Amino acid sequence: MDAIVTRGLTKYYGRTRGVEDVSLAVPRGCLFGFIGPNGAGKSTLIRALLGLIRPTAGQAEVLGMDVVRDREKILARVGYLPAEAAFWPGMRVREVLKLSAGLRKLDCRRQAEALCERLRLDPARRVDELSLGGRKKTSIVCALQHEPELLILDEPTGGLDPLMQREFFALLRERQAQGTTVFLSSHILPEVQHSCARAAVIRAGRIIAAGPVTELAGAGARRVVLRGRADIERLPGVRDLQTTPEGAGFLYSGDINPLLAALAAGDVKDLTMSEPDLEEVFLHWYEEGGAGI
Amino acid sequence: MTLFRHELRQGRASLVLWTAAVGALLAVCVGLFPEMRGQMDAVGGMFASMGRFTAAFGMDRLDVGTLAGFYAVEGGAVLGLGGALYAALTGVSALSKEERDRTAELLLTHPLSRARIVTEKLAAVLAQIAAMDAALLAVGLLTAQLTGEAVPWRDLLLLHGAYFLLHTELGCLCFGISAFLRRGGAGTGMGLAAGMYFLNLIANMADRAGPLQYITPFAYCEGADILTRDALDPGPVAAGMALAAAAVAAAYGRYTGKDIQ
Repeated sequence: MDAIVTRGLTKYYGRTRGVEDVSLAVPRGCLFGFIGPNGAGKSTLIRALLGLIRPTAGQAEVLGMDVVRDREKILARVGYLPAEAAFWPGMRVREVLKLSAGLRKLDCRRQAEALCERLRLDPARRVDELSLGGRKKTSIVCALQHEPELLILDEPTGGLDPLMQREFFALLRERQAQGTTVFLSSHILPEVQHSCARAAVIRAGRIIAAGPVTELAGAGARRVVLRGRADIERLPGVRDLQTTPEGAGFLYSGDINPLLAALAAGDVKDLTMSEPDLEEVFLHWYEEGGAGI
Repeated sequence: MTLFRHELRQGRASLVLWTAAVGALLAVCVGLFPEMRGQMDAVGGMFASMGRFTAAFGMDRLDVGTLAGFYAVEGGAVLGLGGALYAALTGVSALSKEERDRTAELLLTHPLSRARIVTEKLAAVLAQIAAMDAALLAVGLLTAQLTGEAVPWRDLLLLHGAYFLLHTELGCLCFGISAFLRRGGAGTGMGLAAGMYFLNLIANMADRAGPLQYITPFAYCEGADILTRDALDPGPVAAGMALAAAAVAAAYGRYTGKDIQ
């Protein structure tokens, strides 16, 4: 069974588009990346999954339950890390964690203590005095301390230093190994590429690609850099062509044989072909409206 | 009741400050009575000659030379308006502050139904109003005792009972408004409290109060009416409580279906 399923999920804020006709499946136990630039609809989808907003149309299920009808049952089994960590003023970290556990009718002191120690978070500190990283760590402990089946993380690493980011992803991998599903929304592409097995890309409220990250990164495309000359400009499948006096670089997707034929007909002195990274492909999709996906 | 306790903790400083400020003003007003009593004949004469303003403050029907009459006029203004402002501010921020302070995301992603959140927050607002009114009643009775006068227990209890109903009604009205707001609302709450107060003054000055007495909760807190009748007027009280119940129902209706930003 999938941890998250949406079918034609649409959300409009008045006339403003949030997400449109989003159909998505996140397998259980998966570390799933959700990629898109600011304003693409990532947070809208997450808010709909958490029952913070009501969908205008379509359906969404989390852990096999309807997000509108079974909101409380879902939230009891989900941990959420918001992009912006905000807490009630005047409270200490320990009090925030106790309140969060209390709202779940749980005693999470042991888990909270272990997580604070691991993330080097002082539970005696006042939340108003915490740095951005400190507030993020408090949110992480809030999201993880009740050992949820599904973690929904919205831009989770903002404010964390590189060492802490590494620790955080180690934590996620441990939880995943224990069976937790992780839904990671981010615009930091290497983060998704290095951590997630599968991902979906959202643009202007619509899912434009979804699947294994290795496939998305490749998407059938190759980064080709050649030294010399070849008539490749009119070749179908050539994108992002940049020419220099010494040669050319481009992304190529499609049948490899016409490319090899074009290169053989030219005067090529050197050639490299490599898999483009996700960031390169992602930027290309956004620049050219998703051509070639 | 975790959220209820959390709300009480969050509101503790405000409750203490408002109770101390209104209580101190009340104590000073009531404490001045023995000194003022000798001058009340002259003051009473002056008040009686202020035309419609005399009626606006109910002084055409009150003997400010008695502790009960003096308490109803002087203490009443402090208790009525001071408590009303606190109740309005507490009610109007109860639900909206979570979106204003961006804590709504954290609170509403815990397994609590929206109705439960409304219930616990409303209970916290009412508990804080009750705590303030209980403390002010203690301050009023203690100060009245210290004046050395015979304390008109029944009159003072009736007056405080009316103020408690006033504060509860305003707290509920503002709580209802809070469900529709996304940002603060302090101005709205204070404006509503002050507006209701002035509406009552207008109603008192008009030849016919008409329906105004059923709109403003200050109408059933009129010291002159309460002391004359030796009871609260059930009509305006019932209208006020019905209005409060409608506001609470609106809060449930709106908040349970609201998109949280």
